[in-house]
Amino acid sequence: MSDLMNRRDLLKLAGMGVAVFVSGTTVRAGGSAQKKDESFYFVQLSDTHWGFNGPNINPDSQGTLKKAVAAVNALDEQPDFVVFTGDLTQTTDDRKIRRDRMAEFRDIVSQLKIKTVRFMAGEHDASLDRGDAYQEFFGDLHYTFDHNGVHFIVLDNVSDPMAAVGEKQLQWLQADLQQMKNDSRIVVLTHRPLFDLAPDWDWATRDGAAVIDTLMPLPNVTVLYGHIHQEHHHMTGHIAHHAAKSLMWALPEPGSVPKKAQIPWSAAEPYKGLGFRNVEAEVAQAQYEIEEFSISRG
Amino acid sequence: MSMKKILHHALLIAASAGLFLQQTAIQSAAPEMRNDEQVIRISASTFEYKPSEITVKRGVPVTLELMSQDRHHGFKLSAFQLRADIQPGVVEKVRFVPDKIGKFTFFCDVFCGDGHEDMSATLTVIE
Repeated sequence: MSDLMNRRDLLKLAGMGVAVFVSGTTVRAGGSAQKKDESFYFVQLSDTHWGFNGPNINPDSQGTLKKAVAAVNALDEQPDFVVFTGDLTQTTDDRKIRRDRMAEFRDIVSQLKIKTVRFMAGEHDASLDRGDAYQEFFGDLHYTFDHNGVHFIVLDNVSDPMAAVGEKQLQWLQADLQQMKNDSRIVVLTHRPLFDLAPDWDWATRDGAAVIDTLMPLPNVTVLYGHIHQEHHHMTGHIAHHAAKSLMWALPEPGSVPKKAQIPWSAAEPYKGLGFRNVEAEVAQAQYEIEEFSISRG
Repeated sequence: MSMKKILHHALLIAASAGLFLQQTAIQSAAPEMRNDEQVIRISASTFEYKPSEITVKRGVPVTLELMSQDRHHGFKLSAFQLRADIQPGVVEKVRFVPDKIGKFTFFCDVFCGDGHEDMSATLTVIE
């Protein structure tokens, strides 16, 4: 039995179920093979909106994130790291409450067994104060890190309330990419979609086209993001963009309804549309295998 | 006059003509003020526009006077490819001629807080 199957089974035992399996044709081999091709996996969680209160939308707003942390901890094989792709907290005008929420969020995710956790901001965390509070708790708004031959680039498209990356960060990105080899494996982590998914729903980055143009010359680039509270997959040329589910509420498919609105909680199907994902990085093949997990009653 | 000077003058004339054409194009693209100009003042504040529904006539120029009562907001009316920033203390004027009838949504595209997602209003264009 593969490690992948082991994790699935354990997640089911932990009250989690596999919802969707995406874009993968490979099945992971045993541990020795993983080391040989440097494959690894990490967990992406997104849009936890800690501090949100809306019983009709999520009556378990105080428990969903904790359930997700428990589920990750229950994985047979722990991920190499965990990444949160923004909107860690629900926005507020109150500076103290904003910081209280960030402190509470940090305390909850400190319960993760895996201690390598990468954060990034969403507009709820950073747009009202240009990321001041966020940086106090979680560090830089944009940065890079490397893991097993993959270069990760965290882009900030939220601390500017106009949803732009900005010229300064674009230059930083260009300088970073100039150091890469042509065949470098690159994963961009960001909050908003970099392409115009639904600009009238605020699902875009104002200068996202410039970011994509900058990334386009490199052949092995994948983008993981959040913000839209649902799984979504899109290609801009050879660059794949994968959106993750939220851990607080779901949103409708882009353009499917006249007005974007939170999908109400369903007592018949609790946690419907919420979840997280595992991302298997097959480094040698420059492929990423995504497993989507839903949160079920538990 | 040397050939070099003739060429220089010719380039200047061509450049001036180009500039003139460009300015003319911009001016003609902007609606001319008319007596029946539809002037509508819209107030923006967290997290609404007042009025939240406005009605205008097709083919008659519209001036929207946008004002913020509290913080930086945005105005985006994609159906007519219009957008503006609305800052407190500044009246931002947006002029256009509605050329199609129907109901169109405009919304805030500058994140302004918990409720930003609901900050929208409706423009109705009638005959």
